[in-house]
Amino acid sequence: MDARRAGPFGPAVLFWRVAVGASVLSLWQLLVGLKALDPFFVSRPSAIAQRIAQWVITGSLWGHLAVTLEESLLGLIAGALMGISLGFSLGRSPMLASIFDPYIKMLNAVPRVVLAPLFLLWFGLGIWSKVALAVTLVFFVMFFNTYQGVRDADRVLIDNVRMLGATERQLVRHVLIPSALTWIFSSLQTSLGFAMVGAVVGEYLGSTRGLGYVISQAEGTFDTTGVFAGMTVLALVVVIVSAGVTRLERWLLRWKA
Amino acid sequence: MIALELDGVSRDFTTPDGRGYRALDDISLSVEAGSFVAVVGPSGCGKSTLLNIVAGLLTPSAGTVRVDGEPLSGLNRRATYMFQQDALLPWKTVRENVALGLTLGGVPRADAHARANAWLARVGLTPFAAHYPSQLSGGMRKRVVMAQNWIIDRGIVLMDEPFSALDVHTRQQMESELLGLWEGSGLSRTLPEPRVSSRPLSESATPASNQRTLERGRESIAVSASAGSTGRGTQKLQLTPDPSGLSSRKTIVFVTHDLEEAIALADEVIVLSAGPAARIVARHSVSLERPRDLMELRTANAFVDLYRAIWAVLREEVIKSQRGTAHGRA
Repeated sequence: MDARRAGPFGPAVLFWRVAVGASVLSLWQLLVGLKALDPFFVSRPSAIAQRIAQWVITGSLWGHLAVTLEESLLGLIAGALMGISLGFSLGRSPMLASIFDPYIKMLNAVPRVVLAPLFLLWFGLGIWSKVALAVTLVFFVMFFNTYQGVRDADRVLIDNVRMLGATERQLVRHVLIPSALTWIFSSLQTSLGFAMVGAVVGEYLGSTRGLGYVISQAEGTFDTTGVFAGMTVLALVVVIVSAGVTRLERWLLRWKA
Repeated sequence: MIALELDGVSRDFTTPDGRGYRALDDISLSVEAGSFVAVVGPSGCGKSTLLNIVAGLLTPSAGTVRVDGEPLSGLNRRATYMFQQDALLPWKTVRENVALGLTLGGVPRADAHARANAWLARVGLTPFAAHYPSQLSGGMRKRVVMAQNWIIDRGIVLMDEPFSALDVHTRQQMESELLGLWEGSGLSRTLPEPRVSSRPLSESATPASNQRTLERGRESIAVSASAGSTGRGTQKLQLTPDPSGLSSRKTIVFVTHDLEEAIALADEVIVLSAGPAARIVARHSVSLERPRDLMELRTANAFVDLYRAIWAVLREEVIKSQRGTAHGRA
């Protein structure tokens, strides 16, 4: 199982993966040690690890992490629900799709960072402004994939199910939804990453809790070690969560060859 | 009794550049209940269009279709349709796919699955009930489709080149199984008492499970041992009697471009002209006796004579259609 996940090269890949990471970190540590790099600007791996350990031991990390995860999850769920339902409606109705097409493209072109201050104004400094930001990112990924999935549903499958006696509702349930779900599941990875980006950017621009807040506080005091430690935690969380999503995806799409 | 009647049916399409295009022109045809009719014609002549009209998936631009004497409006609820392409739902298991027509019709799940199991036994796919279609070979998927179509027991079965994607041996085997099903005796007549031989199976896309060819006399069928089983244990075909208790034969309209296949299977062969505006150019009844042995049939004198007679007509149309495409006409 593990060998297959690592690809056709198995243990060799795993070895080199670790080797690449370890040598980059050692080089970084070494260059700072030799005073070739200034730790004020780039900190050093040992200090970053120490800082993370300190956060874990004092427990100060968990509160921030929980807030960020909560915002991401809420953003993911709300964005997915909105994107999937709109994608479905437009996918089923070419007329609606042509009407909304230019607006959707325009909205998707808006850089999300400029929305953040507006959301802070509208939804306050709490979690909801971050959830809203995550939604604006997740929504479009989910919308486009659902739309594509519904439009791409195999004509022959639809005809076959109709010939077998399906009503419109059964057609939606047995063909269109599963067909769209394959697209939606395969975009889950991207959506999840976007949800976290939305949450962290929101926190970064104005909040009192969360990983984005931790990073922005550290930056405010020129604490590069804190910034790198925050980024490292964020990266680790994404890696762990996406491994979970990969498993979920494999199970949900188990019928694929 | 007439099961299916087409009266002056034409169908026009609009090409993407806005011009009109007549695919079928003034097709009149009546099909006896319980008969097996094959429609042949050069590729692109509108055979599938004809079948789609009979299925109610397309409406004719002119003319009427009558099913059991009643004019057809909307989908044809007295027919099932075997498509040329793979039409199994990839996210449902083999059993769920076979049961689909029943569950859609409101049959309780347990009941529907029990009946699907009986059909899976009948087509020799019991060990694959919980597999997904992508895990089966092309021939096995066709068997699932046949079971899916037969289980809902409608009077008419429309088939659009259902076996054209299969290799020639698998195809012949499927044709035999189709005739077996149609003649109401299921697999039991065509495949008695299989015996194991070690000859490898020539089906494409063979799944990772054990497959071997069982044969007796001239008949052969692929039988697969369950992928999870001990491996050497040969699965015996379960030859159950017809689970639905069919008494009357279904009416089959079988579209193909392969004249040999048409003659081998059908009671009547209808030849369509090259498109556009395809018409019926010939009708031949096939009086070869049943049950037919498809392995031997193709070399029989009566078969060859019939083939020559129909090919003389079809050949002209094939040449016309090739000339048409050579000149860039759609």
